[in-house]
Amino acid sequence: MRTRYLMAAAMVAIFFAAATPAAPATTPVKLIKSTADHGKFKELDREFSSGPEVTKACLGCHTEAAKQIHQTQHWKWEFINPDTKQVLGKKHIVNNFCTSVKSNEAACNSCHIGYGWRDDKFDFSVEENVDCLVCHDATGKYTKPSGFAGLPVTKDTEFPAGSGKIVRGINLKEIAQKVGPTRRTTCGACHFNGGGGDGVKHGDLDTSLEAPGKELDVHMDIKGNNFTCATCHKTDVHQVPGSRYAPTAMDKGAARMRGKEDKTNPDTCQACHGQGPHKLAKLNEHTAKLACQTCHIPAFARGGVPTKMSWDWSTAGKLDKDGKPMVIKDEDGYDTYMSIKGNFVWKENVKPDYIWFNGTVKYTLIGDKIEKGDKPTQINHFEGSASDGKSMIWPIKLFRGKQPYDPINKSLVVTHLAGSDGTAFWKNMNWEKAVASGMATAHTEFSGKVDFIETESMWPITHMVAPKEKALGCIECHMNGGRLERIDGVYLPGRGRDHARWLEIGGWAVALLTLLGVLGHGLGRVIAHKRNS
Amino acid sequence: MSRVYLFKPFERFWHWSQAVLIISMLLTGFEVHGSYSIFGFQKAVNYHTIAAWTLVGLWIFAIFWHLTTGEWRHYIPSTHNILVIAKYYSSGIFKDKPHPFRPSLRNKHNPLQRLTYLAVLTLLSPLIWFTGWLYLFYADWAAWGLGNLRLEWIATGHTLGAFVMLAFLISHLYLSTTGHKLTSQIKAMVTGWEDLGDEHMPAKPN
Repeated sequence: MRTRYLMAAAMVAIFFAAATPAAPATTPVKLIKSTADHGKFKELDREFSSGPEVTKACLGCHTEAAKQIHQTQHWKWEFINPDTKQVLGKKHIVNNFCTSVKSNEAACNSCHIGYGWRDDKFDFSVEENVDCLVCHDATGKYTKPSGFAGLPVTKDTEFPAGSGKIVRGINLKEIAQKVGPTRRTTCGACHFNGGGGDGVKHGDLDTSLEAPGKELDVHMDIKGNNFTCATCHKTDVHQVPGSRYAPTAMDKGAARMRGKEDKTNPDTCQACHGQGPHKLAKLNEHTAKLACQTCHIPAFARGGVPTKMSWDWSTAGKLDKDGKPMVIKDEDGYDTYMSIKGNFVWKENVKPDYIWFNGTVKYTLIGDKIEKGDKPTQINHFEGSASDGKSMIWPIKLFRGKQPYDPINKSLVVTHLAGSDGTAFWKNMNWEKAVASGMATAHTEFSGKVDFIETESMWPITHMVAPKEKALGCIECHMNGGRLERIDGVYLPGRGRDHARWLEIGGWAVALLTLLGVLGHGLGRVIAHKRNS
Repeated sequence: MSRVYLFKPFERFWHWSQAVLIISMLLTGFEVHGSYSIFGFQKAVNYHTIAAWTLVGLWIFAIFWHLTTGEWRHYIPSTHNILVIAKYYSSGIFKDKPHPFRPSLRNKHNPLQRLTYLAVLTLLSPLIWFTGWLYLFYADWAAWGLGNLRLEWIATGHTLGAFVMLAFLISHLYLSTTGHKLTSQIKAMVTGWEDLGDEHMPAKPN
């Protein structure tokens, strides 16, 4: 009896065991995206005492990587504009932020993707001078402190010597074992901090883009599309497209298709969105003259980080009552005056300026004659017009400066700013010495006199694309005194200055006279009728 | 009191829907132009465009109706008695004289009306249609081989048309009061029947 019950129970148990679907044998394997886990490479399982040592290890497998890098603008900091033939790039130009890299390499070149560019003796042909980690670090721990010519610091080091300030060393082994694709933070380490700090230079690039929400950038939205920089700046053989020295101002191509041979710039809006991205035909018509950015980036510096709008070097050098350099900050904690740099104006949520732009940027370079006058000297100028057939209306950041120049030779100057020597401006606050030293480094003639000249530079606004609901409404431009009030060469419905005067006066006069005529006629009828009856 | 049946249902529908559309296009059009702000630019453009396409549809029916019914003949210009009409408006009307023109189904419009409507149909409307059409398809100019065309010219032409239309509307509204009674003509356009009054000058051959 008892066995029978047991048998029945066993049968039932077996039945249910067979009927219940078997639990999955394994949970899904979590795979890394790459086919290689650099943590497993014995070449990287060692201590590294310098950056170039890491690069040598990288090149052991990635044999062509340095050769590719050597061909890039990121490496050369030089760009020869094919149209204007101007020799540009950070190596050559003078801007109106920290003015020039030359003679300040040890400081500035912490943003060079190489190791040891300290002066013009740097050897650009050495493969292990390429810095792989600065772009491929996935830990966020890799840093290149200013003052070390782009070299990372691996042991705790006092810098500047005798200052008592310690720069902490970083563990290159850990970083090398975890390399990965570029990320917003790796690109951003330099591009978000251009001009010497977060958001200073571009206005549409700052650390708020490290993890932006949808409102700030519809493409990079970490909860949505989560683009990295390279999603748009689609890179091949280490050549990152999208330099602002020669931007693509007008792209009339269709959306790019996989498999089609295509040598055009992959980072334009049109490269993905094509020519007619709007549902409303009337909006698509606007793409004939307007860059997408004009409507879709309503303001820059929108992420809570302000950007510098102007920089006046001429006030630099004032000391506090103790005879020491000082820093004055605004209520948000941003420097508005520094003895070593002069006065700044910071702004957030800035409405861009708008101009016709055809992609050609002309620079004022050292040696180009400049003159103090009513108009500021243009550090760079975006060329373009309504009629050249190559221009679109673009949003820009217009950055105003007042900076040292040589009033005798009438030229911009190279200023030696950073360093611990006897001529560096940030150490000695003497313009004549600092400019003489900078100009000597640049092998350029200097009269010995320093004066200050007003300058302006233009920066394309192309990042921080807002979601479509936040794009500009019609009325932002189709009105008197709207955003495009100063744009010539187009008829803008709703903008009074485009109206023909004869038609405005004549048209309303005809309507009014007609009205007066019929009213007079009617009045005549009323009077006549009364009189007759 | 004699009265005459002048306007068939479709004709009245055509007239009044066209009136609504044209008035709303004047209202929104001058807002797009920048003369004032009522709806806001964006809505003004949208309403203007919707009204324009609706009018296109209406005209397709109206043209078909005019051609198939022969009603187009009412717009054939005639100078016969034109001076009589002009004299009435400049003097007779002030002496309470009866209107010299007696409309009939065969002859709905007096010669001044015929000329005016013909001018609206052949001069003013084409100007507005042509420029408005190009305005709508601004993006396709280059594809149509009209790359040298400038929006300024098209917009100026369209605005010119709008001002003339506005002047026409004002005078048209006023002249609708010059029938037998102040409201006779408006009533005719509502009911189809126009009151002509009892006493009148002998009908002149038309």
